[in-house]
Order: sequence, then C-alpha cells, then structure tokens
Amino acid sequence: VSAILTVLFDGVVYSSWLFLMAAGLTLIYGVMKILNIAHGSLYALGGYTGATIAGAWLAAGHAPAGSYAMLALAALLVGAVMGPLLERGLLKWMYGRDEVVLLLITYAAFLILEDTIKLVWGVESKLLPEPYSLPGNFQIGALVYPVYNLLLIVVAVLVGLALAGALHRTRQGKLLLAVIHDREMSAAMGINVDRVYLVTFSVGAMLAGLGGALTAPMIAVSPGIGVEVIVLSFAVVVVGGLGSLGGAALGALMVGIVRSAAVRYWPEAELFTIYFVMATVLIARPKGLFSPPEARKI
Amino acid sequence: MTRDRTVPALVVACVLLLAAAPLAPQWLVFLLALSLAKGLVVLGLILLMRTGLVSFGQGLYFGLGAYSAALLANRAAFADAALMIVAGTACAAALAAILGLLLARYREIFFAMLSLAFSMILYGALVKSSALGSTDGFNLHAKSFAGVALAVGIERRLFYAVSVVLAFAVAWLLHRYLASHWGRLSAAVCDNELRVEYLGASVYRVVYVNYVAAGALAGMGGALVALAVGHVDPETAYWTTSGEFVFVAILGGTGSVLAPFVSAAIFEALRTIANQYAPNVWQMSLGLAMLAIIMFLPGGLWTLVRRRRVA
Repeated sequence: VSAILTVLFDGVVYSSWLFLMAAGLTLIYGVMKILNIAHGSLYALGGYTGATIAGAWLAAGHAPAGSYAMLALAALLVGAVMGPLLERGLLKWMYGRDEVVLLLITYAAFLILEDTIKLVWGVESKLLPEPYSLPGNFQIGALVYPVYNLLLIVVAVLVGLALAGALHRTRQGKLLLAVIHDREMSAAMGINVDRVYLVTFSVGAMLAGLGGALTAPMIAVSPGIGVEVIVLSFAVVVVGGLGSLGGAALGALMVGIVRSAAVRYWPEAELFTIYFVMATVLIARPKGLFSPPEARKI
Repeated sequence: MTRDRTVPALVVACVLLLAAAPLAPQWLVFLLALSLAKGLVVLGLILLMRTGLVSFGQGLYFGLGAYSAALLANRAAFADAALMIVAGTACAAALAAILGLLLARYREIFFAMLSLAFSMILYGALVKSSALGSTDGFNLHAKSFAGVALAVGIERRLFYAVSVVLAFAVAWLLHRYLASHWGRLSAAVCDNELRVEYLGASVYRVVYVNYVAAGALAGMGGALVALAVGHVDPETAYWTTSGEFVFVAILGGTGSVLAPFVSAAIFEALRTIANQYAPNVWQMSLGLAMLAIIMFLPGGLWTLVRRRRVA
C-alpha cells in the first residue's frame, strides 16, 4: 500500500508542476490559436530570474521566508516584460496566418531566447537550494518528503481554481470566452480583442515564469532546461485537448502518475511512457480528451 | 513561361560535385557529404510541406536510419556500406508505412505534434538502452562497399561520391514525381482537401504515399550521416534535430528539388563558421534568419532564383 501511496504522491507532485506549465500553454492556444514553443524559454527565464533575485534577497541577509515572494515576483516580471514584448513585438504582426506558420514563428522566438539567456546569465548553472530545504520535511508512512512538494501542489491547485474562476465568474473572463468562441463577432460587438490577446499572452507567460521560478530551488538552473519542458507540456496539453483548462489538469494528472509509476517500476521507460500516453490518447481521440467539435469547412 | 531547367542544373551539379570528390580538401568533402545527406531528409520534408503538412518528427526516421545502419556495421559480416544505406532506408520506410496508416489521418498541429511524440519515443528508448551506448551513442566502421573492401583514407571520399549519386537520383525521381499526376495532387490536397475528395481522388492515399516517401528519405539521410560521421547518438532523434530540418526546409523553400540541397549546404557552412567564432549566438541567428524568411521571403531563398529568372 505504501508503495502505491508513494507513486500517487510523487505523481501528483509532478502533475502539479506539469499543470503550471500546461495551463499557460493551453490558455494561449485556446484564445489565440498559437502553440507557443517559446513557452519553454519563458519557463527558463522564470527559473533564471527567480534564482537571481531570490539569491540576491538571501545574500542581502533579509528574512529567508521572503525568498518565496521573490520567486513570485520573478514570475510576475517574466509575464509583465516578456508577454507584451513577444505579443506586441512579434506575434501581433503574424495573426491570421496558418497555425503551422505561427508554430514556426514561436520556434524562431524560442531559438532567439535560448541564446539571449546564455548571453545574459552565462553558461554556468545557478543554484538556489534555500527555499527548498527551508520548510523542512514531513513523513508519509516510512517515507520522508520535503514540505516544498506540498507547496507546489497547493500553488497548482490555487492557480487552476483562480484561472477557472476568472474565466467563468468575472466580466473579463466572459469577454475572453466570447473571443474564443468567435473572434470577429466579438470585435464587432466592441470587445477590445487586441487587449484580450495581450492580457492572455502575458498571463500565459507569467504562468510559464511561475513554473520556472518554483522549479529553480529544486534543480540546477542551466542552459537548455526549457528544451525538455516544452515537449513535455505539449504532450500534456495535447492529451487534454488543446485549449481546454480542465483537459490540461486531467492530462497533467495522467501523465504525472503514469510517469511516477514508470520511474518506480520500470525506470528505463520513463521518457517513453509520457509520449506513449500521448500517442495512445491521440489515436483514440484524435483531438485530445476535451475538445469541442468542429464544423467542416469547404 | 520559362523552360524548366531543373534537370540540366541537376546534371551539372552532379558532375561538378563528383569531380570534387577526389580533389576537394577533406573538410569540404565532409561538409558537402553532410549537406547532401541532410538535403535528402529535407527533400522528404518538402514533399510533406507541399501536401500542407509540417512534421516536427523527421528525427524519428533520421535516427532510425542512422541506428539501423550503425547496428549493421557492428556485425562484422554485414559491415558493408551499401547494405547499411539500404537497411537504413528500408527500416525507416517500414516504420513509416506502419505509422503512416495512423498519421495520414491528422493535419496541421496534430500531425506536427503526433510525429513529434513518436520521435521522442524513439529518443527515450535510445537514451535508456545501455546496449546502444545510452546518451553517448557508439562508433561505427564500414569495412566494405558493395563487397569491395575499403582502403583507409579514401572511404570518406567514396561515401561522399555515393551521396552525390544517391542525391542526384532521388532529386531527379522526385522532380518527375512532383510533375506527375500524383505529385500535382499533393498541392491540391494542400489547397482544399474536400474538393480533392469530390473530384474522386483519395486524400488519405496521397498523404500516406508522401509520408512513407518522406520517411524513407529521412532514413537514407540518416544512414549516410552515420557513415560520414562514423558515430551515432540519440541526438539524431531529438526534436531539436527535427526542428533543424524544418528550418532548412523553410530556408530553401518548397519551390524546387534543388533548394533543399543548397540550403542544407548554406546551413552546414554557417554552422561550421558559427561553431568556430560565435557558438553562443548560433541559435539566435538561426531564429532571426527564420523570422526574416517567414516575413519577407515566404517561398524561401529559392524565390530569389526564380524571381531573377523571370525578370
């Protein structure tokens, strides 16, 4: 029983992390129909910014608890700076093109950002272990876990609830749903579609930054961390159905738990299983688990 | 309307490149061999792009071709270069024939992502299999070509010459194919699938045939690269490798069967220069070049050639 519990808990922790990444990706796709490859770079940027400013905060001798605020600030910074920069500076000029062309454009942005990160932060890895070890450990059965993992779950659940709430309960969210449903009609009804796009993309970028900033204490932040994340979060989003928030949550849970089961029982197949889940789901449901039906166009 | 000069251009290029085989310095032979092999992969990708599909997973067939060639090389009895190329192509074609049954039903982003998923499955399997050298891969060495033992020193040049001949043959065949009934259907599928169906042709079959051909070409390219480099590693199946192929395809454009080879050569030359002088801004320059081409030359560099000819 304890083995199953371990697998489940590890899986949920990993799922939370996946969900943070996937939520931003699926939000951007749902509204703008852009599959944003640069999401991985935004994640990396969040990691670097978080490691840098939280590191500076701790080095200056402030209260260690404040480093969590610094991590959140890093995510906000990524969203507030990179979101408008990418959306206004690049994507705005490309709307109306094929989805695949947009995919290629974000791929180009990804390549550019990867090297920018290397130029700004150098190629050495950054470490920020304090926020991870600070809250101590707790026990489930015979196993000891860091409390930080719980924090990750809580953040993911909060983000999910906040996004769902914002979408369905607030005026802005309802405007957003209208834009998703029919972009031209909403524009004709007086919704400022440009602004909706800008806000959506920035929020998506912020979520990627948050994922990165929260990961920074757990790993050595080094060049290339965004490359793996991007395909992982693609897998999650595609499993759930592009553009669906609930789908992203379910996809993250499926992929997370399957992976942690694989890590425990068949470690050689870890990477394999994730894409195996994705391929299986796509074979059974070509557009993912939650996807709206589409009209055929002639 | 200008006359189609692709075939004469192909013949001239082939003769020139063959003449370079014994004369050019070693580094140039290596560079050209790589460009030709990758050009073959991109040629397949262009076939798909003409059908309106972008695959972010050609690394699957590229890696498969490279590994099946390399595995043959390690069995002494089969370490024959010609056999390795055939095996690489055949394995890739066989897998493409199976996966194609499924993938030919998908379009746009789903096609791109599903092919990416399959290539990552191969990558995951390669990384974790210690018998195949995990992340390091392994070296390979071909002992003969079509039964004739290879002398040390000239083998690289021989492989290069083989690449030239293969690339020429494939480019010529593909040029014929694109001008044929089936080839023209590809463009029609890209334009409007439903109309193609109404006109009585099978969209599924067009996409399937093109997919299998693209897979086989990527396998051939993979086997040739394995021979030219003498080493294989899982990176060949990683999605960034597939991304590079997409980049080269966009750089050249889908206008001609010559374009992939020209742009692959430009790409490899630039990479060599960048590795030497500015390794840290290499990806950035790729990204900027890609943006510039998408914005200003949607048809790729090849449109420059075409435009001048028309004027």
